[in-house]
Amino acid sequence: MKSINLTKIVFVAVVLAVLVYLILPILIVVPMSFSDSRFMSFPPPGYSLRWYESFFDSLAWMSAAGTSITLAFSTAIIATPLGVAAAYAIHNCDHWTVRYVKLILLLPLIVPIIIVAAGVFFIYALTGLLATMPGLILANVMLAMPYVITSVIAGLYGFDKTQEMVARSLGMNRFRAFMTVTLPQIKPSVVTGAVFAFIQALDETMVALFISGGENQTITKRMFTALRDEIDPTIASISTLLTAASFALVLLITMSRKRA
Amino acid sequence: MSTLTIPSTESTTAAVDPSVKLLKREQRTMLMLLSPALAVVTLLLVVPLGWLFIQSFYSDGFTLEHYARIFTEGIYWKTFALTFKISIIVTIAALLLGYPVAYAITRLPRRWSMIVLAVVIVPFWTSILVRAYAWLVLLQRSGVVNDSLMAIGLTDKPLSLVHNELGTIIATVHILLPFMVLPLYSTMQKIPKDLLMAGSSLGASPFMVFWRVFFPMSMSGVIAGSTLVFVLCLGFYITPELMGGGRTVMASMLVSRNIQLYSDWGAASAVSVVLLVCVVLIFNIVSRFVPLEKILGSK
Repeated sequence: MKSINLTKIVFVAVVLAVLVYLILPILIVVPMSFSDSRFMSFPPPGYSLRWYESFFDSLAWMSAAGTSITLAFSTAIIATPLGVAAAYAIHNCDHWTVRYVKLILLLPLIVPIIIVAAGVFFIYALTGLLATMPGLILANVMLAMPYVITSVIAGLYGFDKTQEMVARSLGMNRFRAFMTVTLPQIKPSVVTGAVFAFIQALDETMVALFISGGENQTITKRMFTALRDEIDPTIASISTLLTAASFALVLLITMSRKRA
Repeated sequence: MSTLTIPSTESTTAAVDPSVKLLKREQRTMLMLLSPALAVVTLLLVVPLGWLFIQSFYSDGFTLEHYARIFTEGIYWKTFALTFKISIIVTIAALLLGYPVAYAITRLPRRWSMIVLAVVIVPFWTSILVRAYAWLVLLQRSGVVNDSLMAIGLTDKPLSLVHNELGTIIATVHILLPFMVLPLYSTMQKIPKDLLMAGSSLGASPFMVFWRVFFPMSMSGVIAGSTLVFVLCLGFYITPELMGGGRTVMASMLVSRNIQLYSDWGAASAVSVVLLVCVVLIFNIVSRFVPLEKILGSK
């Protein structure tokens, strides 16, 4: 009896330690962002909003934030319909090639991101898309494709195909039948896919290091450079804002799932 | 020869049978729906991969010099050795830390398990740059971790926890741990509780029930999680670059330096091809035991 309790205590201690390890780095960023000191000391000697001011007052940071937000919205808007169309075709077609098509569309998840970045950099150097907004958007649409497609396919699995067929047999064309019958029912999976695409583009760093620049530098590239060269405490305020934004989006997904 | 004797029924029936015609039309629609997504991935990923492959054998004609360099020049093979060493350490650490957590989520009452699951998923949604910054703050010479270690008397002077291999490993495990816990959890969740009860009702100690019944049944989760963590770690760039202080050079950095500093596409593509072959081989071997979709599911 006693030995069981001891194992239990050790087990609980280990699990708690791992949970602290997981959550501590995320919690520590918030107080750091309100520090009034130039140095990365924790706990901060005093509190202020100076690092938020230095973020919102900096033209360079603001332009990078603008680039990232435009990029994230455009990626979600373009990747979602492309992904939904592809997922619909994969789900409804039983041709033998579909397996391979699906594998190709999942490639961005399989190939190490550094190799993806090198490849995109090469193509863009040839076509003059380096440091342009369309180039950034296109690359992120490619990276987001697997997330949208897997999410929507999962949604289609839970949907009874015959409903769409009924609508079509009653004279609706296929597109209208999809929009009015199928889409409303798989909406949560489409929203999830779109949010994943959005967060993916907001978060993406590796490819942006290679292909973004000049006026079209993403916030992640600026953060990376700032972290590598000299740690500017402004990073803490940006980190807090970024984390808050991701949480808001996750909440959005959860709510859209609950409502469905 | 046989093509002559067999009459080509296919084309003649297609012309008559309306259902085949309909099928062809259906397939054309599906192809049309697929083509935009397929075009984006092909142009930006498949074509460049092919080009990298060709480039890795090219330098004023066919050559194997880029590959020879990987195996002969110290910096190259040492980097690959270090990449594998770090990936193995990270995978083992993630498994040792992740297994108890996944187990706890399956055994705790629902309310508590949801909280633990949330703690695992929250870092998932936080940018790796944010986490690198946090670890730099925590692990620096006068950081929280060193201060606490000195306060409880475990060390007299601050340890160097960052800008080296150790810092890279601590931060990388933190980033990859959810990729271990989630597949483990989804496997463990499906292990029927009756089997465990059957084990203990037949007289097995709780430890024996765990070791002989639960653990073997969680194996597919262990394989899926370890594969994902190992493969992701092989290609890691951002974290080792920021936490390794320039000294922890991993394979991905060879690619980026050869392109950005030296414009040496031959060397960069040979390293890429070796890295990609490793990843594909690992996925290929593992997918015989655990379906690929299960491995990628939590990514």
